Amino acid sequence: MRPTHQFQAEQLVAGYDQKTVIHGIDLVIPDGQISVIIGANGCGKSTLLKTLARLIKPTSGKITIDGKPIGKIPPKQFARVVGLLPQSPIVPEGISVADLVGRGRFPHQSLFSTWSKKDYEAVAEAMRIMDITEFANHNIDELSGGQRQRVWIAMALAQQTDILFLDEPTTFLDITYQVEILDLLTDLNRKHGTTIVMVLHDINLSARYADHIFALQKGKLVAEGTPSEVVTSTLVKDIFGLDCSVIADPISGSPMVVPKGRYHVQNAATT
Amino acid sequence: MTTHSIAYIAAGRRQRQRRWMLVTCLLTVLALILCCAMLLLGNTIYPVRDILRALSGEELKGVSFAVNTVRLPRMLAGLFAGFAFGLAGNTFQTMLRNPLANPNVIGITSGSSVAAVLCITVFHSSRATISAASVAAGLATVLVIYVLSRGRAFSIGRLILIGIGIQAMLDALISYLLLVGAQQDIPAAIRWLTGSLNGIQLYELPPLIITVLIFTPVVALLGKHLSLLELGEQAATSLGIHTDRTRIALIVSSVCMIAIATATTGPIAFTSFLSGPIAKRLVGVGFSNVIPAGLVGVNLVLAADLVGQFAFQYRFPVGIMTGILGAPYLIFLLIRMNRKGVL
Repeated sequence: MRPTHQFQAEQLVAGYDQKTVIHGIDLVIPDGQISVIIGANGCGKSTLLKTLARLIKPTSGKITIDGKPIGKIPPKQFARVVGLLPQSPIVPEGISVADLVGRGRFPHQSLFSTWSKKDYEAVAEAMRIMDITEFANHNIDELSGGQRQRVWIAMALAQQTDILFLDEPTTFLDITYQVEILDLLTDLNRKHGTTIVMVLHDINLSARYADHIFALQKGKLVAEGTPSEVVTSTLVKDIFGLDCSVIADPISGSPMVVPKGRYHVQNAATT
Repeated sequence: MTTHSIAYIAAGRRQRQRRWMLVTCLLTVLALILCCAMLLLGNTIYPVRDILRALSGEELKGVSFAVNTVRLPRMLAGLFAGFAFGLAGNTFQTMLRNPLANPNVIGITSGSSVAAVLCITVFHSSRATISAASVAAGLATVLVIYVLSRGRAFSIGRLILIGIGIQAMLDALISYLLLVGAQQDIPAAIRWLTGSLNGIQLYELPPLIITVLIFTPVVALLGKHLSLLELGEQAATSLGIHTDRTRIALIVSSVCMIAIATATTGPIAFTSFLSGPIAKRLVGVGFSNVIPAGLVGVNLVLAADLVGQFAFQYRFPVGIMTGILGAPYLIFLLIRMNRKGVL
């Protein structure tokens, strides 16, 4: 099991140039759990994640890990504890899968070193977890979208951080692959104790896979807690502006949002 | 299972590493052969023994002049300028993830050229002043491009477009200088603009050699950082890289090399544009191709110069030969990028 960390933000304000996107958020990331940030488009989910992962410098407020402001930690050292899978990483043409996954080892390597035994182990382990070992020596251009996404996650895993941020890791994937990726991330969390924080678009998958949900609206944290505490028809109406019923997911028992549109509504339906 | 998969991964990596080593060695050997050819070939072909004696400082009638004053400086200029162009061009292309993002295309070479032409036609400066001015102008150009393209967040597309715009302006300025310049200065300026190894003197070379020796290790050490910058701003940052600092170190090193090389030999057309992609084809992607790109540059320049000198009835400067190679590749690249929709 990984060491525990206290990762928190206080009075966080952040954005791009003049445009403030995050308006004063306080949060503590539940250690060793899977947290999902939900909210409507443009509410600042991604900005929040990027600010927490140090990709964006906050305008004010502070983010600390184990009491230390994250801005004061040398980048390489920070990268050994906190990893981020960006929404759209760029694939260098013609690179082999193993070499790409190996780039995640950078924070653990010195300037000169080639791959150490530890590097090989970490790469092999990351590829095993993501189930891509068979493609190790393939060119990444040969893989499908879902396989590629697993390669990217494997790169973040090879970084062997205790905390892993993922910015919409399932976007653009078929439902089958979405579930597969979320299962693999859950494996990672259960077996290695990795703290996972991700932005997901699909509220039902969020409710099923999250231990903890942060609900954002216009740059403010409006609710947080377990899925059954947070995902209610009132909240969905508030943050997404959608009328819906919330029922128990027949598979997992977690809350499931059933949207109400203007059509196809049966009178007898439960409300 | 795990030991098995480690072995599988390691085997693949070793194979790619062997290819890298093999190609790098072959490129080095080829470069050495071309260097020897540069010393051996000429109007008169002297025996190897005489050439070695002349190189070691013995005074031999005819041989000493031909070898020490004509062929050696020419060879060294081609060697170091080729290396500088290849390495620096590759750095830009990799860092900006676009083969078009190249000192030739985005106006850095033109910046240096404007300064040099100004020095030649207006101020009649010494070679040393020309060198200094073109380095300063190269750095100033890149600074202007970088600042203008920074905007809200660093954007590569914007950098390339601004670079192309600046290049157009600078090229117009060069044309203007050539139009108003005195008749007798024009040939020197034109020869310089084409890129030529003709008439280079030994005493002009130390700045180029020293610059290459200083900055090559810097770029080579940043090879790993460079390959992470290739994954994009966010991935590089989250892997623990100071992206701004690294980029500035890489840009300053590359521009110093390009500008000094340009000041010495003129902008040898397309060398910095071709070397990186050729090196990448040859060595693959998994390992840093900083050094292979430099070696490809050396081979291109020396081979092109030998062809230009001896293959035709007339002697052509090296820049014309590399231009003939580079132009079709540029067109090929534009067509391919257009098809893939990345342009």
